[in-house]
Amino acid sequence: MKQKGWKEVPIGGLIDKGGSAMEYKTGGWRTFKPAVDKTKCINCLQCWIHCPDSAIQVKDGKMEGFDYDHCKGCGICAAICPVKCIKMEKEK
Amino acid sequence: MKKNTVAITGNQAVAEAMRQIEPDVVAAYPITPQTDIVMNFSQFVADGKVSTEMINVESEHSAMSACVGSAASGARTMTATSANGLALMWEIVYIAASLRLPIVMPVVNRALSGPINIHCDHSDTMGARDSGWIQIFCENAQEAYERTIMAIRIAEHKDIMLPVMINQDGFITSHSVEAVQIFEDKKVKDYVGEYKLDHSLLNLDKPVTYGPLDLQDFYFEHKRQQAEGMANALKLIPDIMADFNKEFESNHDILETYKLDDAEVAVVVLSSTAGTAKTVVDDLRSKGIKAGLLRPILFRPFPTERIAKELAHVKVIGVMDRSESFSAMGGPLFNEVRSALYDSAEKPIAVNYIFGLGGRDIFPEDIKKIFDELLAINKTKKVASRISYVGVRE
Repeated sequence: MKQKGWKEVPIGGLIDKGGSAMEYKTGGWRTFKPAVDKTKCINCLQCWIHCPDSAIQVKDGKMEGFDYDHCKGCGICAAICPVKCIKMEKEK
Repeated sequence: MKKNTVAITGNQAVAEAMRQIEPDVVAAYPITPQTDIVMNFSQFVADGKVSTEMINVESEHSAMSACVGSAASGARTMTATSANGLALMWEIVYIAASLRLPIVMPVVNRALSGPINIHCDHSDTMGARDSGWIQIFCENAQEAYERTIMAIRIAEHKDIMLPVMINQDGFITSHSVEAVQIFEDKKVKDYVGEYKLDHSLLNLDKPVTYGPLDLQDFYFEHKRQQAEGMANALKLIPDIMADFNKEFESNHDILETYKLDDAEVAVVVLSSTAGTAKTVVDDLRSKGIKAGLLRPILFRPFPTERIAKELAHVKVIGVMDRSESFSAMGGPLFNEVRSALYDSAEKPIAVNYIFGLGGRDIFPEDIKKIFDELLAINKTKKVASRISYVGVRE
């Protein structure tokens, strides 16, 4: 992606709209990647509550997986999971 | 145009300008010799003469922090300080400029500690010369009054958007009573108009973020923009001054020249000392000596080309610095002026005089001695000492 030059970006480091963090992909920061075993998952959503990057994907009250574009691999979900169904695996 | 002549101090004149501007927010902390700017303005707030939100903070670091938040929210914001107060603001002084917030801050120049001293020199604002603020130096109360008003237009110009310091000499100007001509309130209010910020922090319909982390990928672009803002200021301030002159029947320029056109020797000096130096120039002229003076008014951005043009024909100049930069290569004004002359085909010999540190008096005889030295250098073309200290005990 070609980044904007100094004449094009808002002055003073201003971010001139809300919600722009969505566009900033932080997945590349990851060393360890979470993987879920859905056969063991009880959908308590503790991972969803604790994820600091809102990277747990939930649909109809069920944990579905991870937003790997924004998950930084901190491992909080794996640590908090009461049934230990999330494992941190080394990124390849 | 109607002007009301009153006998007031430089500080009172600035407080009067602030009353007429009636900023939305003033966040300030008292420090000598700036104190009675804030004191007088607080009285205006207490008496209901202005509707300004006055924020009394616990330190200058907080004063400038409150100013940053206020200015980003879209409120016209002012503060005032001196010396150690400016030093305590330091971190946020840079942030205000970097976030491009048009805060106007009268600064009453005072020696920066240590050892602790409350009297005039320029070490406080000279330290902030690379902070990204526009810096304007005033010779007297009238200039401080008018330029405080003008600074609103400079800071808020859409192609500038930079904070402005209006400097006057501590005690010499700030506490001396002078006859000052005050404009009509309405005229000032019409001139400053209303501050409208495109991206207000408080506009919930269009949320924005000020001051996010800015790393290798964009910080440089924002600094480039900031440099452009300063370059724009250099281009636009003469126009803003000309417009002000028309509006208020005044006579501002980015620098003052005094009997310089045919001068062979000249001093370059900021602020109130120029008043003393002009009497010395008059005295020398009456004896047939071609002496002159240049007083820079706009110091940031620095009007390099104009200064070079005005000084090119002079044979020897003595640049008088009311601060030491401890670089072992002279004071800040000397370095800027000498650098400005580098590209001139013809250029004067330039020497530096450090004077008046910590409020040490500078007398006409001291300046006369400087001129005598400049004349001697002109005769011999030899410089015995590039940097000299005037008025210090050996």
